[in-house]
Amino acid sequence: MIPPAAFLLVAAVLFSLGVLAFFVKKDLLTQFMAVEVMLNAANLALLAMAKASGLAAGQVIVLFVITVAAAEAVIGLAIIVLIFRQRRTIRTDELKDLRG
Amino acid sequence: MARYFWLIPLLPGASAFVLLLLGQKLSRRWVSWQACLSVFLSFALSVIGFVHLIRAGHGAGELAKTLLPWIASGSFSSAISFVFDELAAVMALVVTGVGLLIHVYSIGYMAADRNTSRYFAFLNLFTFFMLVLVLASDIVLMFVGWEGVGLCSYLLIGFWFERPAASKAGMKAFVVNRIGDAAFIIGVLFLLVTVGSSSFAAINAAPAAGLLRPGLVTLVAILLFVGATGKSAQIPLYVWLPDAMEGPTPVSALIHAATMVTAGVYMVCRLDGLFSASPAASSVVAWVGGLTAVFAATIALVQNDIKRILAYSTISQIGYMFLGCGVGAYAAGMFHLVTHAFFKSLLFLAAGSVIHALGGEQDMRRMGGLKKALPTTFPVFLVGALAIAGVPFLSGFFSKDAILTSAFAGGHYVLYALGLSGAVLTALYMFRLIYMTFYGQTRATHPAGTAPHVHESPPVMTVPLVVLAVFSALAGFAGLPVLLGEKANWIGGFLEAVLEPAAHHLALSTEVGLILAATAAALAGIAMAFVFYRKRPDLPERTARSFPGIYRLLVGKYYVDEAYDAVVVRPLVRGAETVYARFDLGVIDGALDGSAAAAASAGKGLNVLQSGLVRDYALAFLLGAILFLGVLLL
Repeated sequence: MIPPAAFLLVAAVLFSLGVLAFFVKKDLLTQFMAVEVMLNAANLALLAMAKASGLAAGQVIVLFVITVAAAEAVIGLAIIVLIFRQRRTIRTDELKDLRG
Repeated sequence: MARYFWLIPLLPGASAFVLLLLGQKLSRRWVSWQACLSVFLSFALSVIGFVHLIRAGHGAGELAKTLLPWIASGSFSSAISFVFDELAAVMALVVTGVGLLIHVYSIGYMAADRNTSRYFAFLNLFTFFMLVLVLASDIVLMFVGWEGVGLCSYLLIGFWFERPAASKAGMKAFVVNRIGDAAFIIGVLFLLVTVGSSSFAAINAAPAAGLLRPGLVTLVAILLFVGATGKSAQIPLYVWLPDAMEGPTPVSALIHAATMVTAGVYMVCRLDGLFSASPAASSVVAWVGGLTAVFAATIALVQNDIKRILAYSTISQIGYMFLGCGVGAYAAGMFHLVTHAFFKSLLFLAAGSVIHALGGEQDMRRMGGLKKALPTTFPVFLVGALAIAGVPFLSGFFSKDAILTSAFAGGHYVLYALGLSGAVLTALYMFRLIYMTFYGQTRATHPAGTAPHVHESPPVMTVPLVVLAVFSALAGFAGLPVLLGEKANWIGGFLEAVLEPAAHHLALSTEVGLILAATAAALAGIAMAFVFYRKRPDLPERTARSFPGIYRLLVGKYYVDEAYDAVVVRPLVRGAETVYARFDLGVIDGALDGSAAAAASAGKGLNVLQSGLVRDYALAFLLGAILFLGVLLL
């Protein structure tokens, strides 16, 4: 049997990769994917802890996260498409109209 | 019918309400009729109530009516309630009777004015508040009427508000009255705290019941009297009344001669129990009255504006009323109030007729020779002048004599001498006015150089004049001297059902002597006026040149306005300007500007954080999360 610490290690690596990708990449679509990676890293950590503790609560939260992530993906992608139509670009460095 | 007396104030009040709301939409004819009718109905009810009181006999017919509960706070309560006794009846008759004649006269006088509905609305509103003041059964409700008539006075003085002088005069009247009213309110509060009730009956009984210590009685009475000096234009707060002549002449007749300015005298009579309990306060009242009577009369001697002479004359005559009240002759004071209401409103309305005839001219130096041109106005003016001068058998003779006799009988010989010299001056300035206005050659000039078309006023103006002239001539017989028998002084007996009786014991020969002295004073004044202004027209100027100092002092009205300006007004204005510059502009505006500037600069500083770049925000988010985790773990 694989110990839960291994799962947590994988989750931590996955999360760090997500954060790294978010900061390194400059187009909105890739950054969006990095957010999804971070979400799934969190899911993995939750499931590992749920398995280790034997409580169902972790799994329930994971189901909620997946649902919310699906909804968020739909709205997020729609926004990205609209931005592209308006501005012909999705580079975040160029989308800075809301500065003070 | 008499039990409906509480409608007396409400009828003009309702009429004023309608005129204020709908006046612009109603026709001129409707407006004047409604205004006059409401006052006529009040007058009719007052007469009915008056007859009821006479029938019921000495003090037995008093009517009272509580309309609404008003203030109920702890142990103190006050209701909107009216009382109709002998004193209120006499005053209500004067207000509604003289008021009715002046309403009728106004139809003619204001015929050319665009704002008839506003004028009559204010006039009706004034009548309402004045009757509330008169019929109120407690001092708090009286104060409501007191302030209400002050408001209407302000509105009507400034009726022609396009003229800067008129709106300034209105403001002056309001502000000067405020000073008196402040003292009045303090006096009322003292009474509410110590007596615990605001009804006149309780207040008048309080000194005898030991509820008020003697010192406090004097203090309260003097505070209330300061309020009266404001409203009734006595020294030191008389300065607003001459300026108030900027209003329409019927307003001067109604408010600034016959009714409102006598409210102070009425208030002192209402609280006769309080005032007579304090000899000190009473002598203050008497001395202020006596000094004002002479002081204002000397100013009237040298004025040239026909209405201003009458204004100073009003101040002087009200001084007589206070002199009467101060020496304990409250009924005599009220009697003079009644006769004065007749002859002074007559004089004002007749002066209005003269002004009307000359197309707005008020300066007597541009009048003269009007005797022939004004065949109705001249005789009634003469009757009024004879009455105020105190020529025997006209009303002013009896009422002034009653006051002077009481002063003499009370041992106030100096006050008596003041009153008697005031009587000489009164006759002198009134007949100076008569000779300058009606006799001699006309000095009227017209812009084009021709004499203006002088015309007598229409009947709607002359009929009220004739009615008032009849009353001015005959009203005195209501109060004949006591030497003609116990019952001769009918009005005195009638009023003394509610007023403190005057101590009055003089030998017959003394009384006859006093009457002869008063007659001699009046005739001497008239004779002097005849010599100065008819026989030897050069004399006044020569006299003025021989006493230049006194003459300039009188023409400058003793420079009281200038003194007040220097001592009170300008320091106040300068203080207000300093406060404005230092505190308003410095502290308040500074604090506001400072807080606004602080918010703006803080915003500018924080502005840097809002770069608009997603990555910056994400970085802040990440650092925040790490910080949070670090805090949790450590």
